[in-house]
Amino acid sequence: MISFELSDEQKAIQKVAHEFTDKEIRPIAADYDEEEKYPEHFIAKAFAAGLTYLYVPEEYGGQGMDFLTACIVGEEIAWGCCGFATILGANNLGTTPLLVTGTEEQKRKYFGDLTSRPSLAAMALTEPGAGSDAAGVKTTAVCDGDDYVINGTKCFISNGGIADLTTVFATTDPPKGVRGLSCFLVSGDNPGISGGKKERKMGVRASVTSEVMLSDCRVPAGDLLGEEGKGFKIAMITLDKARVSVACNSVGIARAALEAAVEYAKERVQFGKAIAENQAVQFMLADMSMEIEAGRLMYMKAAWMETEKMSFSNQAAFAKTFCSDMAMRVTTDVVQVFGGYGYMRDYPVEKYMRDAKINQIWDGTNQIQRVVMARALLSR
Amino acid sequence: MDFELSQEQKAFFKEVKDFAEKEIAPFTEEYDRNSEFFWDGWKKMGEMGLLGLPFPEEYGGSDAGALDTAIAMDAFCAGGADAGVSLSWGAHTIIGAVPIWVMGTEEQKKHYLPVISTGEKISSFGLTEPDAGSDAASVKTTAVRDGDDFIINGSKMFITNGPICDLCIVVAVTDKEKGAAGISTFIVDRETPGFEVSRELDKMGNRTSPTAELAFNDCRVPASSMLGGEGEGFYGVGKATLEWERAIMVAPAVGGMECNINRCIEYAKERKQFGRPIGKFQAVAFKIAEMKCLLDASRLLVYRVAWMKDQGIPAMMEACVCKLSVTENAVKVANEAVQIFGGYGYIREYPVERTLRDAKLGTIGAGTSEIQKMIISRLLMGKF
Repeated sequence: MISFELSDEQKAIQKVAHEFTDKEIRPIAADYDEEEKYPEHFIAKAFAAGLTYLYVPEEYGGQGMDFLTACIVGEEIAWGCCGFATILGANNLGTTPLLVTGTEEQKRKYFGDLTSRPSLAAMALTEPGAGSDAAGVKTTAVCDGDDYVINGTKCFISNGGIADLTTVFATTDPPKGVRGLSCFLVSGDNPGISGGKKERKMGVRASVTSEVMLSDCRVPAGDLLGEEGKGFKIAMITLDKARVSVACNSVGIARAALEAAVEYAKERVQFGKAIAENQAVQFMLADMSMEIEAGRLMYMKAAWMETEKMSFSNQAAFAKTFCSDMAMRVTTDVVQVFGGYGYMRDYPVEKYMRDAKINQIWDGTNQIQRVVMARALLSR
Repeated sequence: MDFELSQEQKAFFKEVKDFAEKEIAPFTEEYDRNSEFFWDGWKKMGEMGLLGLPFPEEYGGSDAGALDTAIAMDAFCAGGADAGVSLSWGAHTIIGAVPIWVMGTEEQKKHYLPVISTGEKISSFGLTEPDAGSDAASVKTTAVRDGDDFIINGSKMFITNGPICDLCIVVAVTDKEKGAAGISTFIVDRETPGFEVSRELDKMGNRTSPTAELAFNDCRVPASSMLGGEGEGFYGVGKATLEWERAIMVAPAVGGMECNINRCIEYAKERKQFGRPIGKFQAVAFKIAEMKCLLDASRLLVYRVAWMKDQGIPAMMEACVCKLSVTENAVKVANEAVQIFGGYGYIREYPVERTLRDAKLGTIGAGTSEIQKMIISRLLMGKF
């Protein structure tokens, strides 16, 4: 039977995440954005609060949440700062390939280590010439006895260069295009992996985005995930989940922005009355709350479908695209409601707008999502 | 009707565009990052005569008219110069000096316009206050007469060029009883005791243009520094400046759109995904087509008001339509440009993320989009 209510357990963890975000992220988010600095201490705090590796099963040391509950937590974290949310989100992105295709041995080995301490993970797929088009991956992995030797450069990698585990996508059979892609587990202490140029970004500036260099990076064959040639499939399964995370993060940002706008509109007096008394402002706020509500339902449905083991690729694309487009509109309008103050860095709202933008781009641009949606419609 | 620029105007456009491409655009990324004013560029703009374009030659200007000024500002950003530099230019030449040109005494004009035209002195305009934004007539700054002087007290918010200005046109209440008709304007020199930059403001975009909150504490100025008559500070200055502000000052946004579109065209032809340039995908190609429509409409709106100004035709409605449309279009174009560039669009190494941060100010400063809509709808519907 259909139900729109969160379970008591979900409400409880939502509250924990909300309070954690309010205490540990909100007060410092502006500073880390301004300095474009990685908050070194943060991952230890999230670890202590039980907010890392949310949907990794308890038997591997994770929090054992279902995906929907993890997304509810995600919205709360992003309500504090999308940059901080990205640090945790990259952990999920980096370990989902292991979770979905790892052997028991691989999972025990890597999750055992990652979940026992504050740690970071990253997923390295994108390259300068391979953004929306994963077939453009040029990084190679060549079999050499019992090892693979990986060479290439990855770009725009969240947690790149600082991760304890990076899942690296490389081609083991270049002529085969995406069917030649394979996925490897690369430890942070492997001498063949290193961080390159750290990018300066428009938003999500608390999160490290870096080049990742693989120079004769030797990994044992036991660190190949799944089989050779399965990399693209692994990436797609991982990105389906990541898209739902992007959606819940977008909702979190938009909600934070709306809350700020409501408060400001009630306080700010122009023409002898609070600006909230103007219909033009009221309607903007009304549209925002309506779209946020729709967005939340969309990410929750997609996450619920994953939890119910249903095919959810399409819903993930709907949620990602709708929520990130929505967050861009909402945050742009919130800056507008704040007027001159909205443009100043003293207030958090210009940051919301800068942070919102990336969600229309990463984990498959919204254009690519529409290509996929249209294809699904037209191929029937 | 004639939609063609003259040969001279076309040559002027090219000259300014080349100047911006060579002397300004290559350097501003760093100034944006550090939120710094680009002094060297400013000096060169002064030498080139850009800073005094509209003013008569006898005051050091180029007697260029509104349309030629708009052409220059358009060309400047079409050449890749960033919005911040052009904002400082507009705040200086348009809202910071047009009131002096239109309302000033001969002495005021002779004293200020030549040094403004060279850029030696930087001007600013102080109307907005912490509690008087859209509701501009509610300014609280006071100017009280004391013998041959006025004593100014109050604070001014979001003042472009505030941290670097040598003078500020300060709007203050001289007669509280009269409302907007009791507001007057003064030219206040930076060195006047009591004139302070209370803090420099850190902004989302337009970071090459410094912004400040200014404080006036018992700031004593001679009565001769009043601009226009007593009580002409709101309506008089508005009449002199608003159409300039709402049309000529948004001309840089037009050039900015052109420049962004050119960047997108180049990128869409070069960037390959799925085995072909992304420009071959309709989703990208059509975005570029839509951006071009917004650009052309914007340019026509700006040039129409500029032409009307030069013909002496009142253009309040047209100016509001222009300000609203052009600035909203600029945000759309910049947002799509970031989207077309994808991950590269979000990185500060490429100029497009800056254009999005920059563009957003347009819909806020100089009368928000909402204020423009309010005026347009009132002009259309009248009192009923």
